[in-house]
Amino acid sequence: MTTPTVTTAGPARRGGRLLWTPARVRSVQAETARATRLVLEVPGWAGHVPGQHLDVRLTAPDGYRAKRSYSVASGPEQPHVELIVERLPDGEVSPYLTQQLRVGDELEVRGPVGGWFVWHASLGGPLQLIAGGSGVVPFLSMLQHREAAGSDVPARLLYSARALPDVIGADRVAATDAGVTLVLTRQAPATWQGPTGRVDARLLHEHVVPPDARPQVFVCGPTGFVEAVADALLELGHPPERVKTERFGTGGGAT
Amino acid sequence: MTTSDMTADGTADEGPESRRLDGNAAAGPLRELFSVDIIAAACTCAHCGGTTALAEHVLYADAPALVLRCPSCTGVVLRYASAGGQARLDLTGARLLVLDLAHDGRPG
Repeated sequence: MTTPTVTTAGPARRGGRLLWTPARVRSVQAETARATRLVLEVPGWAGHVPGQHLDVRLTAPDGYRAKRSYSVASGPEQPHVELIVERLPDGEVSPYLTQQLRVGDELEVRGPVGGWFVWHASLGGPLQLIAGGSGVVPFLSMLQHREAAGSDVPARLLYSARALPDVIGADRVAATDAGVTLVLTRQAPATWQGPTGRVDARLLHEHVVPPDARPQVFVCGPTGFVEAVADALLELGHPPERVKTERFGTGGGAT
Repeated sequence: MTTSDMTADGTADEGPESRRLDGNAAAGPLRELFSVDIIAAACTCAHCGGTTALAEHVLYADAPALVLRCPSCTGVVLRYASAGGQARLDLTGARLLVLDLAHDGRPG
């Protein structure tokens, strides 16, 4: 493999198959009008690498089960595991997680999982993060970790959101010393000075670390967004082995 | 396991293009079976001979089984499903999997 891999955090049962385990909900907070931040206490949590997922499983009274995979929003240095779940009108799982779930409830979870779309300070940089909608969630974890680790790796975030009220992780995005470009695709205030519209090759050329600087590029968002951005990055000369993608389908937060 | 079990989240379909996910998203389900994370493994496609990390394969998670397709030739490389206490794994399309054991499964 041409890119370095980090050691991924072990599951609750190290060296064995990964089992479902109960987690307790410590807090449920509105993140935006459509997204909810869940703070979970997961007994035996072995820690995660930024970018890894947590799988959540719900079981209905009739035994029917549905599971979903969510990127962990919190950094490994934070005391609890945080998810940011966007409510999808036709979803089987997200309406429950965002509207029914209460503090003190239990959820079945499995994780952390995934050792590919991850970044750790030891992997260096420069780091270029490109998010569409709720695709910013794994990058919130990476930015938190970068700061907690005192990393001096140069980092940039290009974040495409529909409008200012849809910005997820606004506190972290505002506080980070990484270079942030926010792109508004649907609606921008009259005073807005930043870019608007679709993220295209021109915008990527202007706001992304250039290929000469050999950045590690991570792209996360709805499938259409990620594929369009990844194609444009390759056209701009970014080598495919330095562009990692995570498509989450047609999910809300589409830009 | 229902057909929609492992999509990133349940949404109305807008055609197969928008249902494509990355192999990353198969990491959790495959950990039902494997004691290590195989998603970073380099996989040689039995159809075209190309070698790519499983994480970079195209994942269709809402088929009756989870299906990983080769990003080069789109051939089916891996199918996995679990239901009724049984797991089914079809690796016909994967000629070779190479895992980096030095990096696998240990707390970082």
